Amino acid sequence: MKHEPAESSDSPKAEWRKDGSHTVLELSGDWLRGSTMSVSGAGEATWPDEFHTGNLGRFDSMLPAWLLRTLRESGEEEPSLEGLPEDLRGLMELALKVPERSEAKSQEDEPHGLLLLGLRSTAAWQSLESVLEFTGDTVSSTLRFFVGKARFRSSDFWLTVQECGIGALPIVALISFLIGMILAFVGNVQLADFGASLYVADLVGIAMVREMGVMMTAIIMSGRTGAAFAAHIGSMNANQEIDALKTFGFNSFDFLVLPRVFALVLMMPILTIYSNVIGILGGMLVAAAAGIPPSLFWDEMLTAVDLTQASLGVFKSIFFGVAIAISGCLQGLNSGGSSAAVGQATTRAVVTSITAIIVLDSAFAVIFTILEI
Amino acid sequence: MDAPDKDSKISVRSLTMAFGNFVVMRDLNFDVKERDIFVIMGGSGCGKSTLLRHMIGLKEPREGSIFYEGENFTEAASAERLRFIRRFGVMYQSGALWSSMTLAENISMPIEEHTDLKPREIRDLAHYKLALVGLSGYEDYYPAQVSGGMNKRAGIARAMALDPDILFLDEPGAGLDPLSSQRLDELILRLRDSLGSTFVIVTHELASIFAIANNSVFLDTNTRTQGATGDPKNLRYSSGDETVRLFLNRGKTKEDQEST
Repeated sequence: MKHEPAESSDSPKAEWRKDGSHTVLELSGDWLRGSTMSVSGAGEATWPDEFHTGNLGRFDSMLPAWLLRTLRESGEEEPSLEGLPEDLRGLMELALKVPERSEAKSQEDEPHGLLLLGLRSTAAWQSLESVLEFTGDTVSSTLRFFVGKARFRSSDFWLTVQECGIGALPIVALISFLIGMILAFVGNVQLADFGASLYVADLVGIAMVREMGVMMTAIIMSGRTGAAFAAHIGSMNANQEIDALKTFGFNSFDFLVLPRVFALVLMMPILTIYSNVIGILGGMLVAAAAGIPPSLFWDEMLTAVDLTQASLGVFKSIFFGVAIAISGCLQGLNSGGSSAAVGQATTRAVVTSITAIIVLDSAFAVIFTILEI
Repeated sequence: MDAPDKDSKISVRSLTMAFGNFVVMRDLNFDVKERDIFVIMGGSGCGKSTLLRHMIGLKEPREGSIFYEGENFTEAASAERLRFIRRFGVMYQSGALWSSMTLAENISMPIEEHTDLKPREIRDLAHYKLALVGLSGYEDYYPAQVSGGMNKRAGIARAMALDPDILFLDEPGAGLDPLSSQRLDELILRLRDSLGSTFVIVTHELASIFAIANNSVFLDTNTRTQGATGDPKNLRYSSGDETVRLFLNRGKTKEDQEST
């Protein structure tokens, strides 16, 4: 919004006059927002000993704001407000009543160049360390659980199972079905050139059970459940609920992290099997449209997909589940105390878990190749 | 460092609190006696809640130690610390009730964890604690379904769940209407008299300070250390520190008060 100065307003002027060692600042005109002011006279940026305000018209916050800036630039410690009209003087006194806090204002310089590189590297290293430490804590907490020393509310566990299991069925079904169809489409076009359309069944089957089923499920769960873990634990942190757990002698780690890790470790394999089946059905539908009857598709697929192949994806899903739960809980527990921090924690949780999933999957690919599975 | 006072419930010795390079308060020394209602007071942002967090072990001191009945809490091992913490009851600034549980469940959970009582007895206890803070009938409400003041009171009920020796309350009166605030003061005095608990309260509500406190520490933002310690009713007129007198008289000097 633009404030047009009133018709009758004079443009604001500030003029310094020096009379020996005595400085006078003459303020005149209407100091209103949107008007252009002119500053003149010797000794700009020094604080005057006295003000002359005989020709000062109306003013709004612009004048005290300008005075405060002049004062800050001059570095004057005991400013004189001599000659200012009573209302303006009152505002200035109010603004100057509590001295500026020096530590709060002097922010350190933005790091750049090599320093920035160094800081970033140590920060990256520290975050890797915190992931490793958290993973270690999870293992020891799990061990404590199995000797009966770690406890959490079973209702928390079942609630998480429900949220990350049954709640995820529709979205996992949709994505898997489409992925199965896409694989069959792309595969069919290539294989048809060799007259080997039937082998689309092998392609869809192997791709789903080894890679795509578990991968898509894990990515959906990172976005859905990992983010929810980070947001939930992060807002508990912001609301001091985690402090409250600690001061009642609860182990907040056992209490918050364990039920979530267990729930995902239980549900990820089940969801992966579900995703595999739906994906193969999607492929079967496309193959049927291309002239391969479902029964033939099914038999052909079974020649490629045996129990070993099918169990690879399920095996990986357990590790992916742990990775998703750990990154969600870690980012939630480490988040700061504000709502913005909760948002950042959620973002970091999703990024960390998807990265972890891809890295783990690459590692598994190498291991399985070496083992010739 | 001075030795802790054996007769004191809590002794704070040479405590320095800091975040990174920023020193919040340095060299705090004070004693809380049994059955005291001890108030931590000071301007906004001076580190009152931070001091409370140090006293309950959520933050580690940069220097100095905190003693409970002469035993060093700061240097205790974590298993040892749990023994101290079980005797604390803490109410946080916003209540900090566990949002996924009802008010009654919030109070039952610590009791379930630390006692062998039967579910029926635990439920009765939870109802009783809620009734004490005027919330009977709200057992099955979730924290988000009741007002901020009710959350605070439920937070106090939860702090009392295990009949603690020492109750820490972080700004219990802030945001309450004058009547609820007065009822809260009465509740604190009653609990002290009938249960014999010691209270450590962070507050800057003068009316409530004079009504309940018999001991206090004043944290001075400008000098970054304690301004005074003692009964606020005495400090009000006789403290040697002007900031403390100004604080306790809402910025009026003694002369101002006499002239009005």
